[in-house]
Amino acid sequence: MTGGAAHDGPTGTGGAAHDGPAGTGRVARDAAAERAGAKPARTGRGGLQVVWIGLVLVALLAAFSVLAPRAFPTSFNLLNLVSDAAILLLLATGMTFVIITAGIDLSVGGVLVFSAVVAAKVTEATGSAALGAAGALVTGLAWGGLNGVLVALGRIPALIVTLGTLGMSLGGALLLTGGVDLRAPADLNLGLGLARWLGVPLIVWICAAITAALALALAFTRFGRHTYAIGSNAEAARRAGVAVRGHLIKVYGLAGLLAGLAGHLSLAKYGITGVSAHSTDNLQAIAAVVIGGTSLFGGVGTVAGTVIGVFIPVVLQNGFQILGVRPFWQQVVVGAVLVAAVYLDQWRRRARDQ
Amino acid sequence: MAVPLIAARGIVKSYGQVEALRGADFSLGAGEVVALIGDNGAGKSTLAKILSGVERPDGGTIEVDGEPVAFGSAEEARSAGIETVYQDLALCADLTPAANFFLGRERLRPGLLGLLGVLDNAAMRRATQDACERLGVRLPSQSAPVSALSGGQRQGVAVARAVTWARRAVFMDEPTAALGVVQTRRVLDLIRTVRDSGVSVVLISHNMQDVMAVSDRVEVLRLGRRVACFATAQASMEDLVGAMTGALEQQEGRP
Repeated sequence: MTGGAAHDGPTGTGGAAHDGPAGTGRVARDAAAERAGAKPARTGRGGLQVVWIGLVLVALLAAFSVLAPRAFPTSFNLLNLVSDAAILLLLATGMTFVIITAGIDLSVGGVLVFSAVVAAKVTEATGSAALGAAGALVTGLAWGGLNGVLVALGRIPALIVTLGTLGMSLGGALLLTGGVDLRAPADLNLGLGLARWLGVPLIVWICAAITAALALALAFTRFGRHTYAIGSNAEAARRAGVAVRGHLIKVYGLAGLLAGLAGHLSLAKYGITGVSAHSTDNLQAIAAVVIGGTSLFGGVGTVAGTVIGVFIPVVLQNGFQILGVRPFWQQVVVGAVLVAAVYLDQWRRRARDQ
Repeated sequence: MAVPLIAARGIVKSYGQVEALRGADFSLGAGEVVALIGDNGAGKSTLAKILSGVERPDGGTIEVDGEPVAFGSAEEARSAGIETVYQDLALCADLTPAANFFLGRERLRPGLLGLLGVLDNAAMRRATQDACERLGVRLPSQSAPVSALSGGQRQGVAVARAVTWARRAVFMDEPTAALGVVQTRRVLDLIRTVRDSGVSVVLISHNMQDVMAVSDRVEVLRLGRRVACFATAQASMEDLVGAMTGALEQQEGRP
């Protein structure tokens, strides 16, 4: 083996220098690399996958538009699409931050439901929708903070911590409601739930604005930089003076806060707390994040990729429905895309680590 | 020697039952390269970690410029102008060289954007490029992640980072262990460049050729204590190996 980097195709800087006979020894190889100027320079492994997966989404949109020209590419249907995707987008955006730190958050669906129950109860008790919303946000933040503290300070694997808080929050929601879905206050369901601006549901605007803000924060701020650094090499980040534990608590807190908001918006949109409807939200969010090019091993990923990763399953489901394909195919296809996305990531990671 | 830059006396450190350091001494003068050598388990890395703030000693005193200090963290050592190049380099492979360079001390944009935590990537990239050029570290691209660099280039980034921020001293833990001949020579040149710029270097190494080639003095640790000090010019390879293995005993604790 002359190292995986040699297989990465043309480099433009004389990558052929790598292609010497195997076993020429480290010194010779290093010297060759120095002469060649570099190993192939790659521009961010996350970036490339975003382009690919974006093309997949465009191809899907084009295919469904051709196959169902009357029903698919209509403003009504496309609005349906974004409405379906909006709330999952919040969960997936929070999940993107968590996964980039090389963590995971399985609790988002439970936190969503628990927050929705709190919002419904608080609104019912106080008559104030604003207090209900605040209750949902605070509840989400608290669950997320608990996750973060247990992961960062308790040193318990995130998979276990958030599996535990998933059970606790789902079970807690069932205890609070007695297992019967609560209805949303009518003001909320008929107000925020139906409100539109420029013809687009207000909920979609809210989710889009928050996602955009967090995309920028991840890409351009110190907070984002530290998120990548921790996922890439937590020990190096700690030694460089990054407050790793505090940052992890913030990241899990953010994911919880977004799940809390998603709970409130979901209550407004669907009119019920949905206590049994969200047990696979976590997997949907993780799938979207991973399809969008974020590495489960941390350090790599973008919110833009996640947005595309959210839309691919939604578009498939919508398109299949319109075409009369049995909707179960959506699960099959999304599963295959997910596996392919992770395979790509692994392959590139091997190439990198030679 | 005048007041040493760093003087450590009687440093003790145990990990559970294992006594890594049993009253080790160490001194480093301004603008000199001191090699810290010893056999495996002699306590070199532990001593370096204590002097660079990563670990706390169980006992002993450390003075910087004659003032007693107690580093509680690597940041405190850094704010005293002491940087470390770790054996594993401590780079984030997914980040660019500039992002690694400024990790933990990012530069922010002026004005409102800076208050929002927005990074000044252009300035950081320029500063990184300047630092690398000054030290003769050539990078193929500033936008590719560190994972796309060769071993020597990564080493260059780690060393350049430490040297740029160090005002007083740089600790280098086995900086050439993973390198080929060409890159080793580059790192040794780099060490000389650093010394000439007035920053002291502590070189922790197994490699006697490197030690002889670049150091001004050698301090030898054995079984958690300093057993010998040499001026490199007056020492032979046999002296160093003898001190490391215990075949040659010098006066305990006398530089």
